[in-house]
Amino acid sequence: MRKRIAPSAVLWLLIGAAYFLIPLLAMLIFSLRSGTTGKCCTGSNYTEIFRDPELWRSLKESFILALETIFVALALLIPTVYWVHLKLPRLRALIGFLALIPFVVPPIILVVGLLDVYKGSPQWFYAQPYGFLVAAYVILAFPYIYFSLDSGFRAIDVHTLTEASQSLGATWRTTLFRIILPNVRTAALAGAFLTLAIVMGEFTIANLSAFHTFPIYIQYINETKAYPAAAVSLFSFAITWAAMLALLLAGRRRPLQFGGAR
Amino acid sequence: MAFVELDNLHRAFGDVVALDGISISLEEGEFLSLLGPSGCGKTTALRLVAGFDQPNSGRIMVAGKDMTRVPPNKRDMGMVFQAYSLFPNMSAARNVEYGLKIRGAEKEKRAAKVAELLELVGLGHAGDRYPHQLSGGMQQRVALARALAIEPRVLLLDEPLSALDAKVRVQLREEIRRIQSRLGITTIYVTHDQEEALSISDRVAVLSQGRIEQVGAPAEIYGSPSTPFVAEFVGTMNRLEAIVADGQAGEVDYGGTRLAVDAVRGRSAGERVLVLIRPETVELGPVENGAALTGEVISHTFLGPVTRLKVALDEGEMTADVSASRAESIPVGTRVAVGFPSGSARLLSL
Repeated sequence: MRKRIAPSAVLWLLIGAAYFLIPLLAMLIFSLRSGTTGKCCTGSNYTEIFRDPELWRSLKESFILALETIFVALALLIPTVYWVHLKLPRLRALIGFLALIPFVVPPIILVVGLLDVYKGSPQWFYAQPYGFLVAAYVILAFPYIYFSLDSGFRAIDVHTLTEASQSLGATWRTTLFRIILPNVRTAALAGAFLTLAIVMGEFTIANLSAFHTFPIYIQYINETKAYPAAAVSLFSFAITWAAMLALLLAGRRRPLQFGGAR
Repeated sequence: MAFVELDNLHRAFGDVVALDGISISLEEGEFLSLLGPSGCGKTTALRLVAGFDQPNSGRIMVAGKDMTRVPPNKRDMGMVFQAYSLFPNMSAARNVEYGLKIRGAEKEKRAAKVAELLELVGLGHAGDRYPHQLSGGMQQRVALARALAIEPRVLLLDEPLSALDAKVRVQLREEIRRIQSRLGITTIYVTHDQEEALSISDRVAVLSQGRIEQVGAPAEIYGSPSTPFVAEFVGTMNRLEAIVADGQAGEVDYGGTRLAVDAVRGRSAGERVLVLIRPETVELGPVENGAALTGEVISHTFLGPVTRLKVALDEGEMTADVSASRAESIPVGTRVAVGFPSGSARLLSL
């Protein structure tokens, strides 16, 4: 027999949905108003922003930054977390603590510190978003990727899988790529999509270090054009949701079962 | 010359000595079990042989070659683990194929070998299934096939049946032995289950506190334990601390009662000995004048083929295994005379 949902649960669900959806709906209606008459409804604001080459340039830049951040963070953290789980489990608490630091250090402090630390570095790194910003974003992404990977590694028997692979003749590298990585794929993807969402929306560091990323573009539109600003904000939401949907779909693939028998 | 030789292996973890000078040799094709309670060092010994850990001192030789510092992926040893160790991202067939792929075997050869081995372990039909679609017993069968696929010089099994239910365990251990005999592969099997070790091994090494207590054929380990620990650990054993009364006549003094024990012949009077008697050799009868040992039946435990009776002696306790029908005629509370054939008791010096 199907369980009936309690009316109070439905009520709370509606209140929750209204809390999130009403502002979005208001934003949508606002974004559909005409820039000249102020009346609803026209798609001209969307046409305007989609025709702006700066939108696509900044979007591309932020997207490439996100991919680069994901790549660097995963390349650094997957072997690290693997090794910590395998050989240095006592370090897990310390790394977990370090991973919390980006949450407690405000981005403005972080960027001032990083600008100072990297001051003497080469121009191709210091003056380029794909150098300096990626270094900063890897720090921002650290907790998201670390905790995702940590839970992924905890869900598998790292020791036994590694030893089984080695006893069959595999090297460390082969074991990492053929056995460990496929089994922490979902965790790595979760961290990657969270990182994508963060980088696509990061404003403070990009602004203070004078790089023109997508959030800077949104801010610029926001300050100069009221209706297109709502349109571009909704567009940025859509990008984040698409990332979340991808995460959801990736996570819904065949679940792995460890240790248990059928 | 021995095919596998563990030579004076020592391994300590901080202050805890896991292995304290273990030396064992295996002939080619031999099936040796390392038997002992938890923490006795048997898994540590196996991990040293596999190369997952390094000894503090000692050597591991295989076919005359020193393997002590050789990394595990270069040792050519197949291993089946206690925990389910199949790669969750691969089907059963791909699990079995993995080691062959690493070795660069051709596709056709790999496919043929995988099919042959899955058939050998009775899973020819389950190659496409993923580990989570297999029962525990099936997973361990695939793990065995995977370990055998690389045609290892030595097969190592670390309590592979401990997570399985009793019936599957018995079935699978017989299969392991059948396959091992058929392939003639040198095997080291770690278990804490004495029945398992005694039933499938050519020889059994009993370990305690990082040392080998006794190595021998299963019948020897069971019938002639060489230390009190082995006597206690392998099977159930009645232990009577006695003093040699007459070495020529073959008699011991147990709490003022004289008992005939053939094994005591030749020993000097006054020597302290431990008389070991298996419960299945203990005889219970009506109390008559002159009976050596008497006592009262204090419990019955039904064990299936036999019923185990505990008898409180005037001094100490004795366990006897009797048939169910015989047990019915000796209810709890009955006073009985306790005896044993003088030739069946074993003796250890104290």
